[in-house]
Amino acid sequence: MKIRYFAWLREHIGTSSEDIPLDQTCRTVSDLVAFLSARSVGHRHALSDMTLVRVAVNHVYVDIDHPITAGDEVAFFPPVTGG
Amino acid sequence: MTIRIQEDDFDLASIYAELRAPLSPPAASTAQEGTLSVGTLSAGAISLFIGLVRDINDDQRIDAMTLEHYPGMTEAKLTAIRDQAMRRWQLGKAIIIHRVGKLYPNDQIVLVGATSPHRHAACDATAFMMDYLKTEAPFWKSEQTTDGNTKWVASRDSDMTARSRWQKT
Repeated sequence: MKIRYFAWLREHIGTSSEDIPLDQTCRTVSDLVAFLSARSVGHRHALSDMTLVRVAVNHVYVDIDHPITAGDEVAFFPPVTGG
Repeated sequence: MTIRIQEDDFDLASIYAELRAPLSPPAASTAQEGTLSVGTLSAGAISLFIGLVRDINDDQRIDAMTLEHYPGMTEAKLTAIRDQAMRRWQLGKAIIIHRVGKLYPNDQIVLVGATSPHRHAACDATAFMMDYLKTEAPFWKSEQTTDGNTKWVASRDSDMTARSRWQKT
């Protein structure tokens, strides 16, 4: 599974993307957040308050309870500030 | 190309010329059906919005800003926003250009434009695309202030409020 991070989440975690084998216990975005938070202090810090984070699966905005599968690209980023 | 993400600046005169150029005439078979579709109408109105980099934000003087985006999702989101506008209003053409990378005060950041037989559709479609771009398109600004600090720009509730006016009840 491909994970992408943008803006301050990328800075806290120290990478813009990582490929991770999907853990069997990860069925939703929420499960994935718990799994990723255990990877490093940076991950835990970046994903500690999910009200500050938007999630997209395969380029589409989703809620925290959205299901995920091994082939998905999941992105975590702050609310957008373009324009 | 109606959706463009680019580091380079954009030239207003050439975009205006592109929007002003008549749409290609309909094929003979379509024309004989008698009803003019919107694609065959020449535009009576062009609406353009251009966003610039501010030199002051939240009482801080800005030296430069860097725009990051999510390649792939950005194009998909902007295309969806443009398609929504094309369905909602009678438009001839619609275009969205957004710059990324390092920009300086007074630089052009974004251009949104629409053509329509009438002004209200062109103006409303432009405002609609801009309001949705501000709240949905995956771009992030970090600002470098004159005191040497860099900070991520926070999203604004007022942008969500602006978008909500387009939601049909």
